Amino acid sequence: MTDHTKHLQQQILAACRDNSACRIEGGNSKAFIGNASNGELISTAQHSGIISYDASELVITARSGTPLSEIQQALAANNQQLAFEPPAFSEQATIGGSIACNLSGPARAYLGAARDFVLGCRLINGKGELLQFGGQVMKNVAGYDASRLMAGAYGTLGVLLEISLKVLPKPQSQITVKIPQVANDAILIINQLAAKNLPITASCYLDHHLTIRLNSSQQNTVAASQFICKQTGGRVIEDDKGFWQSIREQTHQFFDSSTPVARLSVPACSQLDLAGEQLIEWGGALRWLKTEQDIDSLRDEIKPIGGHVTAYKNFKPSAEYFQPLDSSNKLLQQRLKQAFDPAAILNPGRLYKEF
Amino acid sequence: MKTDVIKQTLLPALMDILPAESILSKAEDLHPYECDGLSAYRQTPLLVVLPDSIDQVQQIMRLCHQHKVAVIARGAGTGLSGGALPLADGVLLSLAKFKQILQIDPLARTARVQPGVRNLAISDACKPHGLYYAPDPSSQIACTIGGNVAENSGGVHCLKYGLTVHNILKLEIITVDGERLTVGSEALDSPGYDLLALMTGSEGMLGIIVEVTVKLLPIPEQAKVIMASFDDVYNAGNAVANIISAGIIPAGLEMMDKLAIKAAEDFIHADYPLDAEAILLCELDGSRLEVDEQIPHTISLLRSSGASDIQLAKDEAEREKFWQGRKSAFPAVGRMAPDYYCMDGTIPRRELANILKRIADLSADYQLPVANVFHAGDGNMHPLILYDANIEGELERTEEFGAKILEACVAAGGTITGEHGVGMEKIDQMCVQFQPAELAQFHAIKHAFDPDTLLNPGKAVPTLHRCAELGAMHVHNGKLPHPDLPRF
Repeated sequence: MTDHTKHLQQQILAACRDNSACRIEGGNSKAFIGNASNGELISTAQHSGIISYDASELVITARSGTPLSEIQQALAANNQQLAFEPPAFSEQATIGGSIACNLSGPARAYLGAARDFVLGCRLINGKGELLQFGGQVMKNVAGYDASRLMAGAYGTLGVLLEISLKVLPKPQSQITVKIPQVANDAILIINQLAAKNLPITASCYLDHHLTIRLNSSQQNTVAASQFICKQTGGRVIEDDKGFWQSIREQTHQFFDSSTPVARLSVPACSQLDLAGEQLIEWGGALRWLKTEQDIDSLRDEIKPIGGHVTAYKNFKPSAEYFQPLDSSNKLLQQRLKQAFDPAAILNPGRLYKEF
Repeated sequence: MKTDVIKQTLLPALMDILPAESILSKAEDLHPYECDGLSAYRQTPLLVVLPDSIDQVQQIMRLCHQHKVAVIARGAGTGLSGGALPLADGVLLSLAKFKQILQIDPLARTARVQPGVRNLAISDACKPHGLYYAPDPSSQIACTIGGNVAENSGGVHCLKYGLTVHNILKLEIITVDGERLTVGSEALDSPGYDLLALMTGSEGMLGIIVEVTVKLLPIPEQAKVIMASFDDVYNAGNAVANIISAGIIPAGLEMMDKLAIKAAEDFIHADYPLDAEAILLCELDGSRLEVDEQIPHTISLLRSSGASDIQLAKDEAEREKFWQGRKSAFPAVGRMAPDYYCMDGTIPRRELANILKRIADLSADYQLPVANVFHAGDGNMHPLILYDANIEGELERTEEFGAKILEACVAAGGTITGEHGVGMEKIDQMCVQFQPAELAQFHAIKHAFDPDTLLNPGKAVPTLHRCAELGAMHVHNGKLPHPDLPRF
């Protein structure tokens, strides 16, 4: 529970003076995401603690180094949760890292991404200035939405100090239904079901089965599961918590792989014919693919359908981790980076090798 | 005159891009464009152009960029903060002809639409598929989706369904120099920075929106509304907190105070209780089962929070009647005085009683009545100040009163604008909400997109100079607001 703002600011100001690169780290649980970035370690781990949490306002504000688990416990005590289900990947995971990486779990397609729940933040930009954007209220259109911009910026625009997030009530009840199906039909079914008034909060396709999670009141989840079973020939599975946790935390054996794992983000209903084992989440919008295919050729294949490919795991480090941008988009993003970090000292190269 | 020179240079070049009827240059044709929904601010534009293709927009932008002429984008002109207020030496770019719904994909639950499509027209077109577009600003019958994106519009259903930023997937934009850029995608994320978030609510300052892909949701199977009356505004505020703490997220949760109730009742006859200090309208929607479970729970929470009277709309007709009163609150209040001024501050809900007290005190000081309507679920307040613009100095007093309300919202941990945008109207209050370094960061963002400051210049983000001048007039608690600011 300490405020290390001053210390962090001094570190950035010093780096600014020396024009030396900074490597920003929270719990060091997501270092494998993004390109390698070298530089002096700036750790937010000690800058920790929940600053305010009022359950009736549905808002929590915490320092960036606050462990994700501490936040989740505080929320659970009031029957609330981070609805975007951030994966932790380690006990040390912090809220700052979760937001900087914009990581969202199985509920993403139904309840929203990390960025959707960001209400405001305090940060240090690359000039060492303390800035505050957004706030602690649901509706706020004063100024550009610079706080949401921090989600998925991987610390390249600023060192996050505090984050305010919208939280939601924890649903009373959960039921999971498993349906035997082939992949393309499974995508059709989950999208047809999502257009009905059903409390679907997650879907996963793996090993010729579509698994659907329902969260709501007890009566409502039971009724919805009965409807889905009847429509699809599925059955309710017991002890489902471990399954969804293994998908969220990627501890499921699918991810235990020495072959490269690509992350494909595509329009949900895309019918793709891909070689390699797949795990499909988010109603079809997120596809994990074990592949030996060259990352560039895979990207060339996915781009025309409006998707992009991340070299998620086990690819050679020479590959750009995230899909390269078109020239006009790249130029704009580079200029945006310069607007926050003119000396390019914050996590240089982590997002794109060029900036 | 400089403006005449610009006009004479631009006109022939525009004639090569657009048919004659799509270029307005005569005073009588320009007149309808001199203001948006904030009619207190007026300015005749240099020219109005009404393109109907993306290619035309690109050519117009290239031309204006070449001549360094400012461009102000405009949708339906329903904005309440003067965001589409023209400039005397700027081109007003109307997107009104971009009216087509290009594609509805019922399986993916998305619609691709042109920016001039009205908000409500999207839901109407999607209805046969059992789908709708959730954000519902009160002007939804007239306002356009392009304007909604520019303002990050909300509505009464934000608490449960989010703002515009949560309900769009992809934009096609034309940059200041006429390049076409896709922002976001039909996938759920895009590589690089979240430009979609940055564009949403950017008030036409970063690019021209020429196409929007929105998310669609299934139309709720059932929606029911409860009206609860309170003898004390404080209890009404507590009721809201108690409902949310109990794990219920209502689709809509609206509060009106005594003057707003009276205005609405006189106008609509919605059977509102005239003796109540406040009423809450609480709408629950979802599956039939879900709503049937939540109704008795919510009623008991309202009762234990001290509601003096609770009514559940017995049928769809009564539900609509309850809502009609709330939805007509602005025009209803408008009948009580020659003019009214609508504020848009947002506060953490726990501060409600304090802010209402502060507004009541200010109302007495300025001798201007205020009716309060309030999106209680998300803390967004709309105090309506009643005044008469024909009385000399009364508009100025009203603006000063409004500014003080917004400053109180900021002091309470809230914001100067929840959903109407900064535009021209609240530009001075931006100096209260943000520090110089933050404003400088906003300008740096703007510069990344628009280095010559040609897109809607002078709106949304004040110059440090403007704040410094304002600071000289406004000294709070004996402290100069921006002591570290260079004066020039």
